Order: sequence, then C-alpha cells, then structure tokens
Amino acid sequence: MRLKPFEFLNPSSLDDLFKFLDRYGREAKCIAGGTDLLVQMKQRQILPKHLINLLPLSGLRGIEKEGEVLRIGALTTHADLERSSKLEKGWKLLALAVHKIGSPQIRHLGTIGGNLCNASPSADTAPPLLVLEADVCLSGPGGVRRVPLEAFFKGPGQTELREDEVLKEVILPKPPEGGLFTYLKLGRRKSMDLALVSVAVLLTVDHKRETFGQVRIALGSVAPTPIRAKGAEKRLEGSLLGDEAVQGAAEMAAKECHPITDLRASAEYRREMVKVLVERAIKQSLGISIPPTGI
Amino acid sequence: MVNGEPFELEVEAHRTLLEVLRNELELRGAKEGCGAGECGACTVLLNDEPVNACLVLALQADGKRITTIEGLSREGELHPIQEAFIRHGAIQCGFCTPGMILSAKALLERTPNPTEREVRESLVGNFCRCTGYQKIVEAILSLAKSGH
Repeated sequence: MRLKPFEFLNPSSLDDLFKFLDRYGREAKCIAGGTDLLVQMKQRQILPKHLINLLPLSGLRGIEKEGEVLRIGALTTHADLERSSKLEKGWKLLALAVHKIGSPQIRHLGTIGGNLCNASPSADTAPPLLVLEADVCLSGPGGVRRVPLEAFFKGPGQTELREDEVLKEVILPKPPEGGLFTYLKLGRRKSMDLALVSVAVLLTVDHKRETFGQVRIALGSVAPTPIRAKGAEKRLEGSLLGDEAVQGAAEMAAKECHPITDLRASAEYRREMVKVLVERAIKQSLGISIPPTGI
Repeated sequence: MVNGEPFELEVEAHRTLLEVLRNELELRGAKEGCGAGECGACTVLLNDEPVNACLVLALQADGKRITTIEGLSREGELHPIQEAFIRHGAIQCGFCTPGMILSAKALLERTPNPTEREVRESLVGNFCRCTGYQKIVEAILSLAKSGH
C-alpha cells in the first residue's frame, strides 16, 4: 500500500505549528505516531496535502505530577504510559487500559493525544480518562482552552478541537481516596483488536465495606462517543454492596447505551455485553474474581 | 543510523521507513505483510523499541537508531536469538522470522527472564501462519533460561 504524495512540515515550535495550521487549514493534518492516520491515508479515507509532524515538539511528551494533579503531554506514547511509575493509585487505571491497545509495536508509536483526537468510539484511553474525570488542554494561537473530556467528544471521529488548535496535554485530577478500578475490553480475539464493548469503573466503598461511595462508570464502543453511564452510577452510589445493586446498575447501563450493529457485532449483543461487563467490572473492582473477560 | 551505520538519503515525504529500508538500502529482511501495522512482518527496532516500519514515515525516522534483522549477526556469526530459532525449529517459511526475532530481542533486553505469558504477550503484534507459535515461544524461553 503506497501513500499518495504530500508535503511534510516540521514545526520547531507551537507558533510554527499554528502558522502552518493557519496557512493550510483543512488541507493539513497533524501526525504524531501515525498508527491511525497513516492507515486511513493508505486506505484513501483522507488525503491531506500537507502533514504537520508533531514529533519535534518534544515538550509535548512526558508525564509530570504537579501538586495533586497529573499532566500528560499529548505526545506521550502508550508505551510511556504503560511503564510510568507516576501513574499510581487511581491513575493506574489508564496504564492498565493502554496495555490492551494493539501490540508493543503500536504502543511504541501511538500517543494519548492521537487516540483522543482520532476519537474512535472504541478508543481505549477514553473510558479510563472519563472515569478519572480528565480535562484536555486545547492550544491555539489565542491561548489554551481547558475542556472536560466528556465535552471533547462530539461524534465518531469528531471532537471539540478547532481547525487552528492542537491537543496539548491531558490533566488528571487527584483520584478519589481509596478508589478501586477496573477496565474490561471485550474483543473477538485475545489481542490486536478494537473493543466490541469496553467498560471502565472507578469506585469507592465505605470503611466497613457495606455501601458504595462514589461510583463512576464509562462505556466504550456502544454510543457515538465514549460515555459515562450516569444512571448506573446513581443506582449504585449509597447502595448496599450486593448483587441486587450491582445487577440493577448493570441493567441501567445497558439501557443507557446506544450501540449499533456493524461488521463486528450486533447492537443487541453489545447491549447484552454492557450488562455482563458492567457487572463484572464492578465485581472485579471489589476484588471478587470474575471469569476471563476479553483482551 | 541503520545497524550502526550512518546514512544520508534524500527521500520523498510519502515514503515509509519500510519502503526505504527495502528499496533504497536493500535491507529486505523486513517484509510488507499488511502495510497497516497489524501483522508485524515489518517490525524493526527504532531506538531499541519494536515498531511497525510500514507505519513510520522515513522522514520521521531521521536521526534515530534503526536496527533491522540484518544488524543482528556480526561478521557472519549469528546472534544467539537467531541460533535459538534454528535450534528449536522456530522457522518454517521465514516470513515472520525477522520481525519475531527483533520483538524477542527487545523483550529479552527489557525482561531477561520472561515468563511464557510475557513472551506470548510480547509477540501479539507478530503473526505467524506456519508454526502455531509454539517453537517460537520455546526458542525465546530457552534464552531466558540460559540467562541472556
């Protein structure tokens, strides 16, 4: 598969980048790891005349703790995230999820910024970042806007990013104290697949382990964008730990999603699997062992 | 820098690292299986980490250290991983082999004593249609046991 020719631009600073975006507008695309973009270009889904190489902007790669908050540069690769000791406590959920992306080869090229801006409904960084209540920083010639991730996704492949902006970093607030978490990714294979359904859970329980405290549940691949299952969350918060609450929440989540039928699975199957995976994800978060599930 | 040797090439922007390695540099160990980063037959090491060369623009590899399968043997002497693959019958048609060996090299350098599960996980991006993977895994594990 050959790429069609394009002009390759190497900005040495964000200002350079904004100049290129301003000059070329829709005829330019930014490239980081290229694991989604180059495949789309090879398949002729998009044919940008100019590619702006983000990799020289090395300041956009890195993971830094700043006070109680974690800042992740957009060019941080999935391999960087998997290996970082800075992703501790609740933030570790992100590291566990990116481990399920593709292969080591893909993870050494692919970036968190690329995963989010490509905005596939099945993006594996999204459900974890949604339950971690991350914000994204969108940088443009006029300055930086900070947007909650929930507001960033607009539709399949569509985001809040304006034509003159670049995603600069992802900011993770301090996770709830004692947060328990799980990411489950259902696939057709044990690896190298996109999620048919994915679920991220982050929850707390009271010190007697009798009731649920905070509960956050995010679903991937079952709506035009990754979503929070807020009805399911409310069903659990404050409820007594037990099968009734968990099953109630799982059923609620299945009602809240909007899956489609595509070549990988039917809508009905996906909806049913949301119920199964939400129940399992809650149980696993509580330390209850579940059957092997997905990737 | 390819296999320790510096190169200076003028390439068009739309050429991938895989194309340039195979055509301009005539290093044909890396293969095009799918062109989309799914099969791993094009695996090379970029700054010691495995990547799909079909998804790296040649220009993005500028200034980086590239290792291909050809860079493993020294003065006609095979690398221990290559020896292990031969010894264990881990090669049939050989198409996946360069990628497999480079993924294995990266694994063993990071994790000198991997478990079977770690070996298999490190190879999820390298497909083999011939062997069923068993001998490949055994070859790599044999290097772990001998303390490589």
